[in-house]
Amino acid sequence: MRSLCLLALLLPAPALAETDPADWDSVLEEARGQTVYWHAWGGSTATNEFIAWLSDKVSDETGVTLEHVKLTDTADAVTRVLSEKQAGEDEDGAVDLIWINGANFASMKQGDLLFGPWSEDLPNQELVVDEGVITNDFGTLVDGLESPWAKAQFVFMYDSTDAEPLADMEGLADWAAANPGRFTFPQPPDFLGNTFLKQALVSLVEDPAVLQDPVENHDFDAVTAPLWAYLDALTPDLWRQGRSYPATGPAQFQLIADDEIDMAPSLSPSEASTATANLQLPDTVRTFVPESGTIGNASFVAIPYNSGSKAGAMVVANALLSPEVQLRAQDPDVLGYGTVLDMDRLDPSDAQAFADLDLGPATLAPADLGEVLAEPHASWSAAIETAWTSKYGTR
Amino acid sequence: MLRFLPALTLLALLGPVAAGLAGAILPAAGHLPAAGFEGPSTLALERLWAWPGLSAASRLSLTSGLLSAGLSLGIVVLIVAVWSGTRAFGLLQRLLSPLLSVPHAAAAFGLAFLISPSGWIARLIAPLAGWERPPDLLIPGDPMGLAMVAGQVAKEVPFLLLMTLAALPQAQAAPAMQIARTLGYGRVAGWLKTVFPQVYAQIRLPVYVVLAYSMSVVDVAMILGPSRPPTLSVQIVEWMGAPDLSMRMVAGAAAIWQLLLVLGAIAVWRMGELCVARLGRAWVMSGRRSAAEPVLRTAGFGFGVLSAAAVLFGLFGLAVWSMAGFWSWPDLLPDGMTARTWMRQGPALHSTTIDTILVALSSTALAVALTIGCLEAEHRSGRKAGRTATWLLYLPLIVPQTAFLPGLQTLLLSIGADIGRPPVIAAHLVFVLPYVFLSLGDPWRAWDSRHATAAAALGATPARTLWRVRLPMLLAPVLTATAVGLAVSVGQYLPTLLMGGGRVATLTTEAVALASGGDRRAIGVFSLAQTAAALLPFALALALPALAFRNRRGLHG
Repeated sequence: MRSLCLLALLLPAPALAETDPADWDSVLEEARGQTVYWHAWGGSTATNEFIAWLSDKVSDETGVTLEHVKLTDTADAVTRVLSEKQAGEDEDGAVDLIWINGANFASMKQGDLLFGPWSEDLPNQELVVDEGVITNDFGTLVDGLESPWAKAQFVFMYDSTDAEPLADMEGLADWAAANPGRFTFPQPPDFLGNTFLKQALVSLVEDPAVLQDPVENHDFDAVTAPLWAYLDALTPDLWRQGRSYPATGPAQFQLIADDEIDMAPSLSPSEASTATANLQLPDTVRTFVPESGTIGNASFVAIPYNSGSKAGAMVVANALLSPEVQLRAQDPDVLGYGTVLDMDRLDPSDAQAFADLDLGPATLAPADLGEVLAEPHASWSAAIETAWTSKYGTR
Repeated sequence: MLRFLPALTLLALLGPVAAGLAGAILPAAGHLPAAGFEGPSTLALERLWAWPGLSAASRLSLTSGLLSAGLSLGIVVLIVAVWSGTRAFGLLQRLLSPLLSVPHAAAAFGLAFLISPSGWIARLIAPLAGWERPPDLLIPGDPMGLAMVAGQVAKEVPFLLLMTLAALPQAQAAPAMQIARTLGYGRVAGWLKTVFPQVYAQIRLPVYVVLAYSMSVVDVAMILGPSRPPTLSVQIVEWMGAPDLSMRMVAGAAAIWQLLLVLGAIAVWRMGELCVARLGRAWVMSGRRSAAEPVLRTAGFGFGVLSAAAVLFGLFGLAVWSMAGFWSWPDLLPDGMTARTWMRQGPALHSTTIDTILVALSSTALAVALTIGCLEAEHRSGRKAGRTATWLLYLPLIVPQTAFLPGLQTLLLSIGADIGRPPVIAAHLVFVLPYVFLSLGDPWRAWDSRHATAAAALGATPARTLWRVRLPMLLAPVLTATAVGLAVSVGQYLPTLLMGGGRVATLTTEAVALASGGDRRAIGVFSLAQTAAALLPFALALALPALAFRNRRGLHG
């Protein structure tokens, strides 16, 4: 017996510390006292405040200390995990939880850098809506390796004193030609910038179905030709004649408030209302979606394989899915992120609270958001980002 | 113990640089096992070569660096040549000195708000020019990098000015000028012909520091520089963070390329020095008295005031933004003032301030201890530090940060030292130590050693002399050196970002992280806090000796 114990001590630590997500009580037990370093984009005051609030909540309720590591780019966290793997730090890496997007998820899943599967075992998982954007992240199957926490749909913001809603992407190009310098989008590879390119691509290609396939199976140049023709025409009419772009989505708020532009894309239907409440946008800003619909996606959190606080990270991911947290996230005065919960699966009182939420002046009612178009496969996103960078990004 | 301090100091100073460079060479040679690449191969070099932005980014690095260094040096020379010894000079000096400690990022943010087409200057002009909307001009972020150069110059002029002032006494400026003026030369021509050659020999290394720093700075380039493509150093940081792991090899190759560019620029500058020296000698020998004096006088003073005003008004703009309600073009001031942003940022401000202070105090305490140890060892052994020692001191400031910090991150990870503040403190020490040493070295060596003789005659050991006589007498310069060290540490962006692995958030990393979101209110809060953290120690360094020695007038300042 004693020698067995000694043997156990000699085994690599992960064998001892492995957490069983299915046994939720022991997860809660183990999580108490753990510190979770959540690497999440830190460029938005609203998000930072929301995470600080969540941190207080999980600390009170579960004894998990949540620290927000503010990133300028999600990829920083991926790089971190990779360099730890390179250095043999397999047990207690710097990253415990990542707010991850499709491209980075695909890259981490492929590189075996993720812990799991675990997300299916979260107690609050049964409240989550059953939709394609939840099970399929940019063409990569989620497979329980990440947990959703917010849903987004692409919209356009416009200053109603200077512009009107437009019917489609061609209408946008015509409007920009008539109002040169008054539209822009964040510079790819920014997430929203990429999404704008994908939105244009999905609307302009002859057969959007090919975009669900990996790009290797198709003639990239032929499929994307309409996109480049469109951008060639649009770019000279952009803000700064397309010689410079805002760094991120929120950077566009300042441009609208400064009256440098009148129209810009946004990743979430209520982001503009939240920014107006935060005095960052004039109260004349509204949003619209083109008639043929816009692409939508979900935000996820994932746990790296070498996190030393996996139980704590799962507890945080579960807390993110609780109706109270989701309701707060959807409140435009706080964050304005779309909930991933299914109203039919909630307690009637919780569902009523969502229904009673004032979405703000710039937010379209769910019925007005139109059709949600599927995100192209992640390989398309990477390919158009590279092509855009070589065509427009470095001149 | 004392005997080993110089070697230890050298290790703290150069160890990280050497290790970091080695850590960049491996991936540059195509060796990155974590991403599945076994070298050596030319893969990384090929991919760097294939990057379409390479020539533009390299050119930008060269032109902006040479322009920043040239302009800064030119302005400083004009200021000192025309105004040294006058009452106006005292004013300029008082205006520029505090700017030395204003962090680069804060100065850049302030400048960005002043000069952008929807900024304060444009808002002032708008009613006169009839602009209903901000003009669609590419400022900041112009492809030539002129806005970035302006930001660099505004920050480097105070640095070079103080370095020049320190060099003036040894150049025997006053007697030389007296003779030149007697011979009928104007102020500027006389100064340039007699004093400048001696002064320049002493500020050559600081000028190289300015050149290397301006070529490879990351935070200022992110705030004021172009984005399509960005500067080479910004691109290196982006590659370090790309989801495709093999991009780190390209980053390694680019880091080495950045180092070569800086060395090349220094070589070009050195050749420029030789040309100027040759032409200058001919000019000195010609004996001509210049006619352009009044123009130069005004220009020197104008540029000095302009660079001070740019930083000060920029900071003032940030202060207003941090308290602004809704504030839209073309209003000169916001609709209302509110403490809301400060309240909102309060918790984040609190925790980052603590980290900032801990890192700054630790690295500065180490740097001051090592510096005093080295200087005391030098004093007791009686051996003077030679030119090599000075070069070694400047080396970490001349090797671009982007060339060795990425490799250092990998190295620290491999020895398991990646968690928490110690690696950040060690990395800060690399940059804090030279400035502390430069700040303390001259006053320390200038101390009249007859005090030591007197103390020894009274039976004091060398240690007792150090603690009871020398350190108290040198309290003011020690505190100033400490303040310099703290300011340098507070302003560090890249070492904190890369060594901290995101777990150490200082006011500077927080402010630059906010840059991408463009929220001027939050940026204002963090830039001001950052500036305060850098400036307050200077105020203390001035106040404490006056307080401690209120009854010993000879020890004031």
